[in-house]
Parts: sequence; structure tokens; C-alpha cells
Amino acid sequence: MYIIIVGGGKVGRGAARDLLDAGHEVCVIEREPQTAWEINDELGEVALVGDGTEVRVQRAAGMNRADVVVAATGRDQANLAVCQVAQQRFETARVIARINDPRNEAVFRAVGISATISATRAILSSIEHEVDANMLRLMELRSTEFELVEVVIPAGARVIGQPVRYLGLPPRTVLTLILRPGGRPEVPGPDSLLEAEAVVLAVTEPAQEERLRRLLTGVER
Amino acid sequence: MGCGRLGSTIAAEFDAEGHEVTVIDHDSAAFNWLPDTFRGGKVLGPGEDAAVQARAGVRQADIFLALANGDNRNAMAAQVALHIHGARRAVARIFDPERAEIYRELGIRVVNPTTALETLVREAAFEG
Repeated sequence: MYIIIVGGGKVGRGAARDLLDAGHEVCVIEREPQTAWEINDELGEVALVGDGTEVRVQRAAGMNRADVVVAATGRDQANLAVCQVAQQRFETARVIARINDPRNEAVFRAVGISATISATRAILSSIEHEVDANMLRLMELRSTEFELVEVVIPAGARVIGQPVRYLGLPPRTVLTLILRPGGRPEVPGPDSLLEAEAVVLAVTEPAQEERLRRLLTGVER
Repeated sequence: MGCGRLGSTIAAEFDAEGHEVTVIDHDSAAFNWLPDTFRGGKVLGPGEDAAVQARAGVRQADIFLALANGDNRNAMAAQVALHIHGARRAVARIFDPERAEIYRELGIRVVNPTTALETLVREAAFEG
């Protein structure tokens, strides 16, 4: 398949890498020349410098023969424009939009870009899993702002040996399960101790995710 | 939405004409463009955000005007107004003539400064 990815950041670049490995033909449209060079350096000549929301840039990338377009920028308004321009001008077979703010999902759905969003989530999660093996977003909790994440406590983490009550968890964040090495599940109480290689499931908000990751996976120096 | 030179001018005029006006901008300094006489509401936040639009009362509005600087932001804001809040009419300023046409096809009332200016420049250059 021929796949055009708009946005060469962490998500777009990760998707390009995976899709090239899977044998697809890929083009990445990236606004920043520097970022495009880095992509070409790593993945071969796949990046095109330009604004992927413009008709002529999409045409230059070969949108008329693309099977799929992935709008993977960090801005939802740009991703919406990428999809709508591709659909209106090139009748692209499939559009997949990355949604940065989950509250915008309703907007994309209202204009007919819906079926593919969960697929993007899956791509996103797998890419994030590769980029950071210690934390994985498992799922968004339906019709809430919360999500379920999985964190592996790395060897040497500052939190090892500390009871849960003194961790200083980010606001609106709860540890819901600790899987001890060897596989014993435990519902954490205030005095539960964290240990290396334990898997922790936590409910948190997207905005607190990074703080939680730093807290649980930060290594003693 | 968009309280820059254009947005603030139109907001002030519509307000002076007796319409009920609310302006949205993500930069509080933008509200300084408004004259002291402005009686309308001011809502701080990104205007393409459905929650911000709800705070501004888009659901009760007769007209939503997206006059910020970014084409994509204006297009998204207009579609949020139409499809999430059921606004009766949404107008968006779209600089790129090609995207202007696309959004027209999608039901937004588009104002395209580029083609409008082209006409004015032609008149100034060749007429009279």
C-alpha cells in the first residue's frame, strides 16, 4: 500500500518506521526542514518538506494514488484539515487522524472521520511502548477523562522500597494494582512497597501521565 | 473568535449597532484591541475548543465568526460551532483559496481575504 503520513514527530516517524518495516511505500510530509532531514537520515528518502494541509503539497506527495493518509501532527486542527482536504480533493481511500485532545473526538466524528480513530490509538500505544518500554497506555476509561496505564518499575528506580503513601503521586492519580515479580497480584495499600520489575497499573489523567512516569521510573543517580 | 485587528473591529461595530456580542481569544492581551465602550462578553481560551465555545454561549448564538489568523483553526472552530453546538451560521476567514473552496463545499460560509484583496488590487492598478 502507499501511505502518506503528515507530521514527522514521535508518532509520525514511529508509524513510518513500522509501516516501512511491514513493506509499505511511505511518504512523510513534515513542515520543519530539520526534522525532515533527520527522518531521511534514518529511514531513507521518504520525507517531503511542506505544509501537509495544503492541496498542492498533498498533490506533490502523490495523494491521488495514496491508499491511506495518516494525520499525525500534534495539532488537532491541522489533522482535521489534512483529512478533509484529502477527502474532498483526492478521495483518499482511508484517513486516519491522530487526536491529541480526546475531547476533540466528537468533532472528528461529527464530520465523518470516526472509524479509524481507535486504530490510531493502537498505533500510538505501540509506538509509545517502543519509545518508552517502561510505560504503556492501556486504555481510556469510557466517557471519563481518565486512562489506565501500565508502568514497569525499572531496576535502580528511586521509588524502590518506598511505601505507596509517601510516593507523592500526582493529583487525581491512583495505583490500582501491583504485580510482583513472579506474578503475584496485589491491591496496593498505603504501606505497600514498590520493588524492581514490579508492574504497576494506575488510573490517571493524560495531563499527569508524564509526571507519573517520571516518578515511578526515575532512576537514582 | 479571534480578537485581532479584524475581529476586534467587527466586534466593536456589531456591539455599537446593538447586537449582543461575545469575543473569544486565547491571548488576554488581544482584548486590548477592543474600545473601552465595548459592552460585550470576553472569553479567554482556544476558540476551536468545544468547551470554550460552550462558555461563550455559541449554542444560543445566531452567528459564529471565526476570524483568527490560522486557516485550520478557523475551519475547525466553525465546524465545532455548526456540528457540536448547532450554530445556525458559521463564517470562517480562510486565507488559502484552495482550502477556502473546500470548506465552502463543507457548508461553512467562507471569507477569503486573498481573492478579495486580489480584486481590490486589480481595481487600484487598472481602473480609473
